[in-house]
Amino acid sequence: MKNKALNPLRLATYATLVLGAFVSLLPLVTVLLASFKDVKEFGISGALDLPKSWLYLQNYATAWTKAKMPLAFWNTALILFFTLIGSVITGTMVAYIINRFSFKGRDLVKGAFLVANLIPGVTMQVSTYQIMTTLGLVNSIPGIVILYTGTDIIAIYIFLQFFDSIPRSLDEAAYIDGASYFTIFFRILFPLVKPATVTVLILKGVSVYKEYYLANLYLQSKTRYVTISTSLYTFTGEYGNQYNYICAGVMITIIPILIAFLFLQRYIYNGIARGAVKE
Amino acid sequence: MERQQKPALQSFFEQREVQKWLVIITFTLVPIALLVTFTYLPFVKMVEFSFFKMKYLGPRTFIGLKNYQDVFSRTDTKAALVNSFYYMGAGVIQLTLALYFATILSFKVRMGNFFKAALFFPYLVCGIAMGFIFRYFYTRGLVLDSVLSLIGFDKAELPYWLKERAINNYSIAATSIWRYMGQSMVLFIGAIQSISPEFYEAAEIDGATKIQQFRYIIFPMLKPIVTLNIMLMVKGSFSAFEGPYVITNGMNGTATFVVLMHQLAHEAGKVGLASAMAIVLLFIILVGTILQKVLYNLLFGEKAGERA
Repeated sequence: MKNKALNPLRLATYATLVLGAFVSLLPLVTVLLASFKDVKEFGISGALDLPKSWLYLQNYATAWTKAKMPLAFWNTALILFFTLIGSVITGTMVAYIINRFSFKGRDLVKGAFLVANLIPGVTMQVSTYQIMTTLGLVNSIPGIVILYTGTDIIAIYIFLQFFDSIPRSLDEAAYIDGASYFTIFFRILFPLVKPATVTVLILKGVSVYKEYYLANLYLQSKTRYVTISTSLYTFTGEYGNQYNYICAGVMITIIPILIAFLFLQRYIYNGIARGAVKE
Repeated sequence: MERQQKPALQSFFEQREVQKWLVIITFTLVPIALLVTFTYLPFVKMVEFSFFKMKYLGPRTFIGLKNYQDVFSRTDTKAALVNSFYYMGAGVIQLTLALYFATILSFKVRMGNFFKAALFFPYLVCGIAMGFIFRYFYTRGLVLDSVLSLIGFDKAELPYWLKERAINNYSIAATSIWRYMGQSMVLFIGAIQSISPEFYEAAEIDGATKIQQFRYIIFPMLKPIVTLNIMLMVKGSFSAFEGPYVITNGMNGTATFVVLMHQLAHEAGKVGLASAMAIVLLFIILVGTILQKVLYNLLFGEKAGERA
């Protein structure tokens, strides 16, 4: 490409990009600034002023213990691990059956899954809450994992599309060679849908990491079942206006996802581009 | 199992039809059980609840359609429904900006990756962190006020962004642009990149400007996905939730329909009324979806509609 001189139109384009990035990052950067100021400094300095020292980490230490971050990280890791496994397994299995077999009731099963996608999960909690209570799934890590896995329709969509692109002659050849349907699924097809699996892992991973409402509603014991997304809840009470601690807490929840983002940028963009249409 | 039966049993399991049903049942049993338990059963229960005056525990009274009448006559529910329009407005801005930035960033731009990342990253911030970020951002005298006073506004004349009823819904709806614009943008970039580069090359040779390329190549190609996103956005604005929930908890007239529903069910103990609200919302979404299909097919023909 030729390097064109900066004409006014190009300049204006860059100006909008810079403005966009500024608006996008300002709320985050100002939180970062506040996280390095002690109570006194926070009180007298402006919100846009740089901190006296970038090495003042006391807020982080306080937020780390007050918000029970070690436990929160552990719980979130557990929930992520099992939800992701559950979503990939159920997603691929259902998609395989719907895509590869014709049987009585197939359209009903497919329709049942696809229609469920229209319903915003948040609205269902009025009555799901009662079901979760009855099943003894409130205040339990397995409980929230089951709920996250059981309401994950997007994975099925993504796997369905992907199975469509794998030729059926492959299954047929393996079947003639004596492979069972289980072998065909686990040994042949499952490895082939890897790109779709990555997409599902990314989409589901991001959404579970961020998810606040269900975690807050069903993991009520904030001493035992705190997750990264609910850890900051503790600051709503006694620390209500102590923004230096709160901002450090906010940064602690942002850092892991920022690191993941820097390493997995391309995969995250691809995942969003493929999956978000159906959200 | 007895020994001499084994060959018969084995050949039974080797039949293709049997194998087929075996795999169908083992693979779908659990997912269907989960789907029924956490999607369809709650739905049926919610329809049932909506005819009762009830709490989660304790006795309940059948009151017919009273809850539905209340949904359309209570001032708080009506106000919450009206609040959806702030989010619809925000959604229009969000999609317009997303389309604009997606177009720019699809071409070679200096530091393009940085801008893309900066615009997208807010999407990854978790719910309650966003709540605190914007409570801090909008607090009197802090971030927004400082920036505005830098560019010449009088600090004393600035409003309380989250308290004053004339402005607080705009403040919160704006945060949804901040959070979701990047997601739409990445989506549109994906769509633009799937357009074959030959189109641009041909246009370039014919001397078309970038603006003409957008007008005659990109925009027509993106129409289906943009339309789809407008529909999703309309649905999304009726079910707007996390912003007002984590930033103001619906105080000072910022409750959206779903925030109010949550409060009625889990805080005020009006489970029947909340259920009726949920059913009304689902009805709105259902009608919206049907309208979307019809409109989509009218605009882009049957074939394109299949993907929607």
